[in-house]
Amino acid sequence: MSYEAKFRIWRGDAGEGSLEDFSVEVNEGEVVLDIIHRVQATQAPDLAVRWNCKAGKCGSCSAEINGMPRLLCMTRMSTFAQDEVVTVTPIRTFPVIRDLVTDVSFNYEKARQVPSFDPGDVKPGEFRMQQQDVERSQEFRKCIECFLCNNVCHVIRDHEENKESFAGPRFLMRVAELEMHPADVADRREIAQEDFGLGFCNITKCCTEVCPEHIKITDNALIPLKERVVGRRYDPVVWLGSKLGIVRKGQDTPKA
Amino acid sequence: MTDIERHQYDVVVIGAGGAGLRAAIEARMQGKKTAIISKSLFGKAHTVMAEGGAAAAMGNVNPNDNWKVHFRDTMRGGKFLNNWRMAELHAKEAPDRVWELEAWGALFDRTKDGKISQRNFGGHEYPRLAHVGDRTGLELIRTTQQKIVALQQEDHAEFGDYDARIKVWAETTVTRLLKNGDKIAGVFAYVRETGKFVVLEAPAVVLATGGIGKAFKVTSNSWEYTGDGHALALLSGATLLNMEFVQFHPTGMVWPPSVKGILVTESVRGDGGVLRNSDGKRFMFDYIPDVFKDKYATTEEEGDRWYTDADNNRRPPELLPRDEVARAINSEVKAGRGSPHGGVFLDVSSRMPAEEIKRRLPSMHHQFKELADVDITAEPMEVGPTCHYVMGGVEVDADTGAALVPGLFAAGECSGGMHGSNRLGGNSLTDLLVFGRRAGVGAAEYVDALGEDRPAVLEDEVAAASEEALAPFEREGGENPYTVHAELQQTMNDLVGIIRKEEELKEALDALVKLRQRVANVSVQGGRGYHPGWHLALDLRNMLLVSECIAKAALEREESRGGHTRDDHPGMSAEWRKVNLICRLAGESVDLHRQPAEPMREDLIDLFETDELKKYLTEDELPKEQDA
Amino acid sequence: MSTLEAPVTKKRAQIKERTLRTDNWRKAPIITFVIFTSWVVYATVRAMMGKWYWVEEYHYLTPFYSPCVSEACAPEAADFGRFIPELPFFVPFAAISLPFLLLFRLTCYYYRKAYYRSFWASPPGCAVREPHGKYTGERRFPLIGQNLHRYFWAAAFLISLVNTWDALKAFHGKDGGFGIGLGTLILVTNVILLWAYTLSCHTCRHIVGGRLKNFSKHPVRYWAWGQVSKLNERHGQFALITLGSLVVADLYVALVSGGAISDLRIFN
Repeated sequence: MSYEAKFRIWRGDAGEGSLEDFSVEVNEGEVVLDIIHRVQATQAPDLAVRWNCKAGKCGSCSAEINGMPRLLCMTRMSTFAQDEVVTVTPIRTFPVIRDLVTDVSFNYEKARQVPSFDPGDVKPGEFRMQQQDVERSQEFRKCIECFLCNNVCHVIRDHEENKESFAGPRFLMRVAELEMHPADVADRREIAQEDFGLGFCNITKCCTEVCPEHIKITDNALIPLKERVVGRRYDPVVWLGSKLGIVRKGQDTPKA
Repeated sequence: MTDIERHQYDVVVIGAGGAGLRAAIEARMQGKKTAIISKSLFGKAHTVMAEGGAAAAMGNVNPNDNWKVHFRDTMRGGKFLNNWRMAELHAKEAPDRVWELEAWGALFDRTKDGKISQRNFGGHEYPRLAHVGDRTGLELIRTTQQKIVALQQEDHAEFGDYDARIKVWAETTVTRLLKNGDKIAGVFAYVRETGKFVVLEAPAVVLATGGIGKAFKVTSNSWEYTGDGHALALLSGATLLNMEFVQFHPTGMVWPPSVKGILVTESVRGDGGVLRNSDGKRFMFDYIPDVFKDKYATTEEEGDRWYTDADNNRRPPELLPRDEVARAINSEVKAGRGSPHGGVFLDVSSRMPAEEIKRRLPSMHHQFKELADVDITAEPMEVGPTCHYVMGGVEVDADTGAALVPGLFAAGECSGGMHGSNRLGGNSLTDLLVFGRRAGVGAAEYVDALGEDRPAVLEDEVAAASEEALAPFEREGGENPYTVHAELQQTMNDLVGIIRKEEELKEALDALVKLRQRVANVSVQGGRGYHPGWHLALDLRNMLLVSECIAKAALEREESRGGHTRDDHPGMSAEWRKVNLICRLAGESVDLHRQPAEPMREDLIDLFETDELKKYLTEDELPKEQDA
Repeated sequence: MSTLEAPVTKKRAQIKERTLRTDNWRKAPIITFVIFTSWVVYATVRAMMGKWYWVEEYHYLTPFYSPCVSEACAPEAADFGRFIPELPFFVPFAAISLPFLLLFRLTCYYYRKAYYRSFWASPPGCAVREPHGKYTGERRFPLIGQNLHRYFWAAAFLISLVNTWDALKAFHGKDGGFGIGLGTLILVTNVILLWAYTLSCHTCRHIVGGRLKNFSKHPVRYWAWGQVSKLNERHGQFALITLGSLVVADLYVALVSGGAISDLRIFN
C-alpha cells in the first residue's frame, strides 16, 4: 500500500534557509528517514541528513518532525494521516551546518567538563558490585546521545546566553550516573550546581518526554541530583551539623 | 596545495569504533600524540549495534571456563582456519580487557557474588559473555569514549588543551593513505562538514574501519561499513586475507522492508528463544551437522532442560554457530516453510512471561515495538539471514597488528585471521579490545623504533589524492552514485550471497567489471559541504575493490566452510584448510594467490582430542600417535 | 570536535514560527491553569469562612481546618489545643498547618512543572518558544527556596498524621459510639490519598533510600525505596487527585455542617 505524501523539509545553510515542498512515495512500514532517503536518491541528491544505524541505537538522526524533537529513524509514517503535511526541520538549539544537519559540538564540550569516573584505589578485576547497586546508573547509560533532551530544554533552546553555564539534561544525567555509581569516589554535587547549572532546571520534564530511550531523566536523574545538591548546599540542618562538626564534609571534586 | 591544512601526529587511528578507540587509548597511554578519525560523530560507531556481549573466559558463572576452552571454541567456530596465534592471544587476554573496562566506569550486569555476569551464546561451551542487558556494544563504546575524555581531561590539566595529545576528528573520512617509499607517511582526508581536505602526517596508521556490509543489499551494517580500511590497505600495497568468508547473521528482521536486515540479537536464542517454521516445528533439530552431533541436544526436552541445568544436558541446536543456523533458515524458506515475509519465526513469547522478556531483552522489545509494531512478548518475530560481518580482512601480524606495509596496522573487523571462516558471537567485542590494544602498542613501538627518521609526506601524493577526491565534481552528466550503489548491492546479494555457485560467481565478476566502469563515471553536483552524494561516490571505489576480492576468493575456494558455502562444493576439505587466499592490488583491479597456512603450535594442537582434529586436519597434520 | 577552522559564528536554523507543533499543545496548560485557579479560589474562600467546618454529631472535621487551633474553634474539634487567639477573618483556624501544606505543594516537583508551564509559560509546551527574554531558573531568590521542599515534606508528613487522626475520629455514631457514614468514607479515602501523595514525593524517595550509594548494604531501605519509587511514578496523579478529594471532603463536611444535606449513614 503506497501513497504520495506531502513533505516540507527545511533546506539551507549558515542559518538562512526555508521550508521546501516535496511530494514523495511512501510504502508500508516505512519511517521518516526512509522518506528522507528517497528524496535524496530521487529528487535532491545533496540533501544533507546525519544518520547511521537506522535502528534507534546510535542517536545520529535527531531532527524535529511536526515541531517535535524525534529520531527520524524511529518515527513511523503510519503515525501520520495520509493527507497530512509532514514538516521536518533541523534541531533548533544548535547551529545548522546544512539542511537537517546541525553542529552538536556544544554537547561534546560539556561532556569534557564532567569529571570522569574515579574508582579510587580499586584495581581492574577487583570490583564487586551488586546488581541492585548498578541498576540506577545502568538506566542512564542506556543514553544513545541523540541530544534531543538538550535540544528541547528551554533553558538553552530559548536562551542562547545560558549555554555557557548550563550543561543540559544529558550531562546533568551523566553527573547523576557517576554520583550513583557504586564504585565512584568523587563528589560532583557542588559543581553540578555551580558549573553545570542544575539550578536552571525547572523540572518541566520535556527532556523525559522526548527521550527515545524512555529514560526517566527528570524523575530518576535530575530530581535525585537536585535532592543530593540540597544535602550538600541548601539544607540548614546539614549546614548546622557541619558547623558543629557532627556532619563530616567531604571533598568537592572540581570541574575537569 | 596551499589550501590543505596539515597536522602532525605520532599515530593516526582511522575508525572510532571499539577497536579504534582502544587502539587510540593505548597509543596515547604509551605517550604518543594520537588522532582518531571518525566517519561519524564521536560515539556513534557501529559497535553500538553489538547486543549480546563480550566473550571472555573469566569463569564467573561457570568456574570450569578458562582460556583453553575459549580457544577451542573459537577454533571450532572458525573451522580451524583461524590464525591460531590470534585466537590464543584473544582467549588469554580477553578477561583483562573486560576488567579494564570496568575500571573505566563500565557497568556490566552482575552475578550474585558481585562479579561480572556472563551469559550463554552460540558456540561457547560455558556462559562467557559479559553483558549489559542487550546493549553491550553501546556500553563498550561509551566506556572507551569516556576513557578518551578522561585522558583529554588529564591533558587539559597538564597543557591547558584537551586536544594536546589525543584529538578526535569527527565526521572526517580518509580517502588515501600517503606513503613515502614503502613506508606510511600520513593520511589524506576530507572533513564532512566543510568538504575541505586535510593531511595528517604520521608515521603510523592504525586501520580500524570495520566491515564491508554496505556492499550487500540486506545487511545489518550502517552506511559507514563500506570497506574503507580494506580498500585503503589494498591501495597502499597491503594484502587482504580470506575475503570469501562473510558472516550472514541468521536472525535479521525481515519486515517491514525499511528495517530489513537489522539485527535480532543472538541472546534471544541464548535466553530461550526458539526457531520455528510455518508448520510450527523447531526445525533446527534437523540441521545438526556431524561435527557437532555430540555437543547438541537431540530432543526438545533435553534442549529445554539445558537452560536451567547446563552441566547435565546438551544445548539446544538453536545455539549452533551462526553459519549453521543461517543456512538452516535459508533451506527452510527455500522449501516453502517460511513465514509470510520470507523468514522463519523466532519465538520467545511462549517461552517466558512478558515481564521477564522485557527485563532480559529490553532493547529487542523496544526495537520491535517501535520499528515493526510487533510485541515480542505476545507474538513471534519474523527473522531471516542478513549480511553481518566479514571474517576476512587485512593480513596482519598477530602480536602487533602490523600489516605488510611498514607503519600500517589494523585491528578489529577490518583485520583478518582471528575468526577463521566463521566468527562466534561475542568474540568480536573482545577482539576489538584485545587487538585494538595490541595495534596501539604495535604502532607506538614502531614509532619509537623509527626515531627521528620519519618519512615526509610527498607533495605529488597529496596532489593525486586531491584530484581523485574531486573527480566526481569534474565529470559531467555521469551516473547518479545511488543508482550504481544499488546495483552493486543487488549483484553481491544475488550472486555472492549466502549460498554460492561457480556460474553465479563468474557472472558476478563480469558484472563487477562493468560496474567498475560505471563507478569511474559517477558524477555529482553542488557544493562540497556535507554532500552525501559525493561521499557515496568516493565510497563506491572501496566497496567495488572489496567486492572483487570477495567474489574472486569465493570462486577460488572450492569447498564449503563457515561463512563460505558453495552449492557445487558442499563438503569441507582438509586440504583447503591449509590454504589462505590472499588478495592484493593489481593495476586497477585485484588479483588473488594461495598461501599456505602456518601449522598450529604443538601445545595448542594438544588441547584437542585427536578424534576431533580428524574432522578438520589432513592425516599428515595430525599429532603422531604415541605408543601405548 | 573536529572542525577545520575556528567556527565562523554559526547560526541556528532561522525558523520564525514559535513552534511547528501541529497537535493541540495549548490544551494541557490551559486545563491546568483553570483547575489550579479554581481550586485556589475555592480553598481561599473556604479557609476564611470560619464556619461549616465541623459536624458535631459525627465528628467530621474538614481537612481545611485541621488541626483546628484557633480560640474560635469548636472545642470538640480542637483535639490539639486552641492556642492561637482569635484573629481577623483572613487568618484561617488551621493557621499552623495550611501555610506548610501550601508550601509543600508549591515546592512539590510535580506542581512546579505544572505551574511553570501553565502560569509562567516557561515553557508552555515542549519545543514551544517561551515568551520571556531572560531565564534564570531556580538559582536565585525566591525560587531558590524550592530547595527547602524536604522540610515542607516533613511538615506535611506530620499533618497527614493529624488528618489520619481526624479520619479515625469520624467513625463516630449518633449515640456517641462507633458509627460509619458516607462522610467517614470520604474522609478516610481522602486521607489515604493524602498519604499516597505525601509518600510518593521525590524528597521522600530521596530520604528513604535514594540518597544511598550502595543499596545492597541497606536491604530494608532498598525495599522501602522500591515501594516509594513505584508510588512516585504516580506522584503527579496523586497530586491532582488529592486536589479533588480535598474539595470533595471539605464540601461534603460543609454541606452536612450547614444543614444543606444530611449525612448518609451506613451504620449508627
